[in-house]
Amino acid sequence: MPTDAPTAPHAPLPASILSQGPNLIVSIHAALDDEQLVRLQRDLLERVGRDRSSGILIDVAALDVLDSFAARTLADLAYMAQLRGARTVVVGIAPEVAMTLVRLGVRIPLTQTALDLEEGLEWLST
Amino acid sequence: MLADDEGRQDVMGETSSQRVADGNEPDEEDAMLLPELVAHLRAHRGTLREEWASRIKEAHLLSAMTPQEVFSEVTSVYDNYVAVLETGSVDELRHYARDLSERIIPRGVETHEVIGIVLLLRDVLARSLFEKYRDDFELLNHVLDAYEPAANRIANTVAVSFVEQRERVIRDQQDALLELSTPVLQVRERLLILPIIGVLDETRARQLTEQLLHGIRAHRAKLVVIDVTGVPNMDEAVANSLVDTVTASRLMGADVIITGLSSEIAQTLVTIGVDLSKMHTVGDLQGGIEEAERQLGFRVSKVPDAD
Repeated sequence: MPTDAPTAPHAPLPASILSQGPNLIVSIHAALDDEQLVRLQRDLLERVGRDRSSGILIDVAALDVLDSFAARTLADLAYMAQLRGARTVVVGIAPEVAMTLVRLGVRIPLTQTALDLEEGLEWLST
Repeated sequence: MLADDEGRQDVMGETSSQRVADGNEPDEEDAMLLPELVAHLRAHRGTLREEWASRIKEAHLLSAMTPQEVFSEVTSVYDNYVAVLETGSVDELRHYARDLSERIIPRGVETHEVIGIVLLLRDVLARSLFEKYRDDFELLNHVLDAYEPAANRIANTVAVSFVEQRERVIRDQQDALLELSTPVLQVRERLLILPIIGVLDETRARQLTEQLLHGIRAHRAKLVVIDVTGVPNMDEAVANSLVDTVTASRLMGADVIITGLSSEIAQTLVTIGVDLSKMHTVGDLQGGIEEAERQLGFRVSKVPDAD
């Protein structure tokens, strides 16, 4: 499901934000362009405030590419969410994606990563 | 047919100073001489073969093989050689040379030895031709016109077959090594070990990372112990590739403990200024596994009446 009530007349994001208990679960279905990433970031931060979430889990398992901009946006998001009281974990990075990120020299500091949804939720619950 | 261009412009082209300016004689004449040549070589098979074998021994070639082995190979090479001179087809010889290479490469026979013995045979046969035709210089030239290109082509064929075979062996071994070299093993639930043995280069480091990441996903690993006890030395590139491996593993949600950094490597890393301080390192593999077990909540205890 796309994000609730898009603020601008854009096409729906290929990502869904689901609320599960104290956490927000973001599932990205297809590669996002830069503009969509920024929208996702903004929507999410808004939802953190509205739902009073304490954790964000971003599942990127469907992505076979994660460029440096996306990685930076996710890292920024994690930092911003932390400022609003939510912890962020990125899950499901595929081996190829991990290798590409490392080879490109992209570091994702501040962002916790986990193997999959299950692991991520476990980390959020600790 | 034998005196064609391919044979003439071959790589091992220097022979005797008797070489004629160029073979401007018609091919038919050379072709007529060949049967005579072959008949001569067949007639003197015994002595020429002996002569060749003794020259091989003098030159200390094929020292890895016993005299009997050398003699039996010498016989087959000789017969093949004459057969090529007779038929002009190197296919059979190529086949034999490949076969021979397969047998002698594991024995440690070197390229220079193989080329050396073939050139020796060429010289032995050429000398016997000089001797036979020394009264008729004109005829000798014609015989050599027929003989030299064929002889050179034979030397070329044998050498190329040997080198090709050798390269194939090396390639096979490299492939085998690459496959064997990076086992990712599960020792406890969610704990993997990756013992690295041997020199790490860029290809290997990349392959290793790839296998590790797939292993992490397949075993749902939370912790990985990378043991580098078997890595003889480490330069900046290798150390950085190790850092990359650790970073990539963390992206997959698995933490890495590095064990077995020798004192030499530790000193080198500090001297060249590679920062491994962000890495979790433990002295040896045992310590690393114990630490990992602790982090994963395992406790290994000895059963009192086990022994």
